[in-house]
Amino acid sequence: MSVLQVTGLAKSFGGLKAVDDVSFAVEPGELLAVIGPNGAGKTTCFNMISGQLRADAGTVRFDGTDISRWPARKIWRLGVGRTFQITATAPSMTVRENVQLALLSHHRKSSNLWRPATTMYQDEADRLLDRVGMVEQAARAAGVLAYGDLKRLELAIALAHAPKLLLLDEPTAGMAPGERTNLMALIANIVADEVISVLFTEHDMDSVFGHADRILVLNRGQVLAEGSVDEVRNDARVRAVYLGGGGTYGGSAPNA
Amino acid sequence: MLEVNGINAYYGRAHILHDVSLGVGGGEVVALLGRNGSGKTTTLKTIMQIVPPETGSVHFDGEAITSLATYKVCRKGIGYVPEDRRIFSNLSVAKNLEAGRLPARAGLAEWTEDKLFKLFPNLRERRGNLGHQLSGGEQQMLSIARTLMGNPKLLLLDEPSEGIAPVIVEQMVRTIAELKTQGLSILLSEQNLHFARLVADRAYILETGSIKFAGTLQELESRPEVRDAFLAV
Amino acid sequence: MGFYFAQFLTGLASASALFLVASGLSIIFGVTRIVNFAHGSLYMVGAYLAYSVVNWLPHGVFGFWAAVVIAALAVGVLGAVVEFVLLRHLYRSPELFQLVATFGVVLVIQDAALAIWGPEDIVGPRAPGLDSVVRIFGEPIPEYDLALIVIGPTVLLAVWLVLNRTRWGTLVLAATQDREMAAALGINQTLLFTSVFFLGAFLAGLGGALQIPRETISLLMDLNVIAEAFVVVVIGGMGSVPGAFLAAAIIGELNAFGVLVFPQVTIVLAFLVMAVVLVLRPQGLLGRPEIHAHAPAHVREAPLQPFGHRQRLAVATVIVLLAALPMVAGDFTLVLATDILVFAVFAASLQFIMGTGGMVSFGHAAYFGLGAYGAALVVKHLGGGMVSGLVAAPLAAGLGALLFGWFCVRLSGVYLAMLTLAAAQIVWATAFQWQEVTGGDDGILGVWPPGWLADRTAYYYLALVVCCGAILALRRIVYAPFGYVLRGGRDAPLRMAAIGIDLRRHQWFAFVIAGVFAGIAGGIYVYSKGSVFPDELAIPRSVNGLIMVLFGGIQTILGPIVGALTFTVLEDQLSRLEYWRAILGAVILFVVLIAPQGIVGGLARLADAVTDRSMREAER
Repeated sequence: MSVLQVTGLAKSFGGLKAVDDVSFAVEPGELLAVIGPNGAGKTTCFNMISGQLRADAGTVRFDGTDISRWPARKIWRLGVGRTFQITATAPSMTVRENVQLALLSHHRKSSNLWRPATTMYQDEADRLLDRVGMVEQAARAAGVLAYGDLKRLELAIALAHAPKLLLLDEPTAGMAPGERTNLMALIANIVADEVISVLFTEHDMDSVFGHADRILVLNRGQVLAEGSVDEVRNDARVRAVYLGGGGTYGGSAPNA
Repeated sequence: MLEVNGINAYYGRAHILHDVSLGVGGGEVVALLGRNGSGKTTTLKTIMQIVPPETGSVHFDGEAITSLATYKVCRKGIGYVPEDRRIFSNLSVAKNLEAGRLPARAGLAEWTEDKLFKLFPNLRERRGNLGHQLSGGEQQMLSIARTLMGNPKLLLLDEPSEGIAPVIVEQMVRTIAELKTQGLSILLSEQNLHFARLVADRAYILETGSIKFAGTLQELESRPEVRDAFLAV
Repeated sequence: MGFYFAQFLTGLASASALFLVASGLSIIFGVTRIVNFAHGSLYMVGAYLAYSVVNWLPHGVFGFWAAVVIAALAVGVLGAVVEFVLLRHLYRSPELFQLVATFGVVLVIQDAALAIWGPEDIVGPRAPGLDSVVRIFGEPIPEYDLALIVIGPTVLLAVWLVLNRTRWGTLVLAATQDREMAAALGINQTLLFTSVFFLGAFLAGLGGALQIPRETISLLMDLNVIAEAFVVVVIGGMGSVPGAFLAAAIIGELNAFGVLVFPQVTIVLAFLVMAVVLVLRPQGLLGRPEIHAHAPAHVREAPLQPFGHRQRLAVATVIVLLAALPMVAGDFTLVLATDILVFAVFAASLQFIMGTGGMVSFGHAAYFGLGAYGAALVVKHLGGGMVSGLVAAPLAAGLGALLFGWFCVRLSGVYLAMLTLAAAQIVWATAFQWQEVTGGDDGILGVWPPGWLADRTAYYYLALVVCCGAILALRRIVYAPFGYVLRGGRDAPLRMAAIGIDLRRHQWFAFVIAGVFAGIAGGIYVYSKGSVFPDELAIPRSVNGLIMVLFGGIQTILGPIVGALTFTVLEDQLSRLEYWRAILGAVILFVVLIAPQGIVGGLARLADAVTDRSMREAER
């Protein structure tokens, strides 16, 4: 059974169809990339799957459960984690506190008014930070982190409740090639270790072609193409509306 | 034409730019390369005095513009196209252009709505549409067109290819070439080396707020170790 | 039938003046993002000036209308001057500073008007040529009302044309949306903003000047109109002039007909409409939701650090010193010290909701007052003792916060602030108008502690124990998981739902906690004064709380205590002087301009700046 099954998803903003009848599925342990120009509906799709936005039409099934009308926090409890394109961490809290916050919620302690939170789930938080290579920076304020480190922190937060499905919105945007490869390798490791499925968007075609199991191409809110890496990169329509001649990105062989 | 000398800039306590120096000559297209967070946007904002530098100077046409108000920098002839387009989404395309209009500069042809619609044909049919009804690519074109209405001599483009379909990026390459033939100087920040290669004469690489390389694109090509160390290619 | 039509026309006529004030407020807010508390003062000055100029010019039709225009223009200039001298320096400050600064202007203008025009209410002249009535459906309608009904839409049309058909208007709308981008396109904002203030102030002055044949001119006009104008702006949509017109018409009619049905609660009706509109359509009737809000980059605070040994020692020392105070101080000082303790809790609860929770409250006095009234009502109507009174205080405040909080946490930013103000006005109006229960303006007297606490020193110790306990408890909450959630929600609201947290529920709960603690303060306060009046719920009390938080620095937990100390002592000293409001206003303006981080925050910043500089120098 598919981990995620999206059927006929649609959303309009003031007459503009941001997402228009989109259907696809994610299989267990699969890395599915969603690509397309800005405004194609990638983030809107993510927001509907994770419950940040309510769909106008269509259904989203997670592990067989229909979660289409669920609020984001219930979807999270069910085992869907996500990162944001524009990182959403609390800048005036430390790196560790940011992770602790997710753990406090996971252990249903977020309404505790009395116990000092500093020492709660500290080890668990540090283990997660260690996993993404951030434990040395645990005591720093998230607001002073470098961009790539913020992305890593986002990943640690998203892993806090041991999710079955991860939604990663441009996980490596703005990182150097080395960092990028490392992070994608890390994600691939986590997928293998814990049989997590990953749905991710990326503008960097080299990352997409190098790491995705399958690719979904969105354009103006609709699915333009879906298939393996080779099928998509050789698809004439995808080349015409999105990829172009390949001169403006590394149109060379995948560097996996 | 533009000379940036040893600028240091801060956001609060964070030291963002360390002694950044760079220059753009008349009619030149210069790329400022580097990944997110390397300080490209801050450099452009410092030139515009949106983020005034703590130390160092910026000269334009031989005149110091450091510590001028942003609007005065623009009126001296520097046009700024921000990273996230920032078009006025509740105003029509025509009014967006009107908001950018400044008097013509002596000795230079004046940009008019009509000329801009020739450069960006998509915008003509969208003239009455509100900004938020445009697609990402159209917004990028409108943002550039709006800045051109101010008749700049130097154009600062912040990541013009970011988040745009590769096909539209190819169109952007042609547009920049066209602007160059009209005598405009351009300083553009970019992460996409492939794009920079197609449009720029020279490049600087910025990493954690310092210039790590300066030279022609050919020189950069011949030093893959520099390229790979600092760029997200 | 005729009667209702007449009532309808009266409603429209009142709506005109309200529209003029509100549209000016709305335009100013739209462009500069400043919530101008002093807008009501500009309206009041317009009325006073028009009165003086009418008397000075030759009597007649020309004289009257010339006076109206001259007064409006003069107020426009006054607005531009206020912008130029003061507000220009605050565009990058948080909204709290701007609001408090404009309240400083309110105080200064109030005393200036008192000095120039005296404390007596003034009955304005009739409008020559429009001083009789016409009969419509047999009912007498003042001619002047009909003139106002025409003037309102005319001004709306003129303002709309200016904004939508002129280059100036395009630039204003562009700057409304994105100031920084507008500057990068060569738009001279300083000039633009000053001209916007001129226009906004001109409209307020016009509204005031046009009111003089209908309303007595008094020193209360400013705050009376400002609350209503806020309501109109919020219902119509911030920055929308047609929205302000529509909302003014709704409120005008609501008042005209509400007075027939519930003469006691017309104010409550207006605020109820506002609450409903905000919950159903948070951006107001004709407002647009913000698509891209480009807030100026602001300095982030450093993460909170738990107290170390030295800080704990310092706190313990302060408490010991406070406990020793009665040995050296007389009754008078103890009364002042009790006030300071009470307001420290009040300010700390406000800081909790604003600093930790990130929800700016302009109406926190509601919960302070609810606490005070809760205790007083138990004593008066149920014959309860002090213990039941002190239990009732946080209970009443908590229930109020539970009710209003449910609405408030559905909004954010300025809209939330406005709704908290509206909530406070509802409570105030209820206390003011529900004579049988609350005693109305006469308040509730005779709320004294029992004999063993009647002694000033004994009561001081009670206040010390309760207030220190309350502040330490609040602090504990900030460092508990709940406090983490609030801080996380303030910094990254989007993230909260994505880690399974129902942020709205937590914020609602935080609202209740802040209310409960303000209620505790109110309870201690009422037993120390022996009485309670509607003033404890009014706008100035809320603003006093804001000033205390601001004096102390919004992001420091100990700040409110320092703020309460400074403000209470200052007010105590100043209120013995004749023009103390003006002096207090000037002090507020001084602090806002010179030490925008507050006293505690300012000292911390100073220390930071010193280390920063040496760090930077070391780097080079």
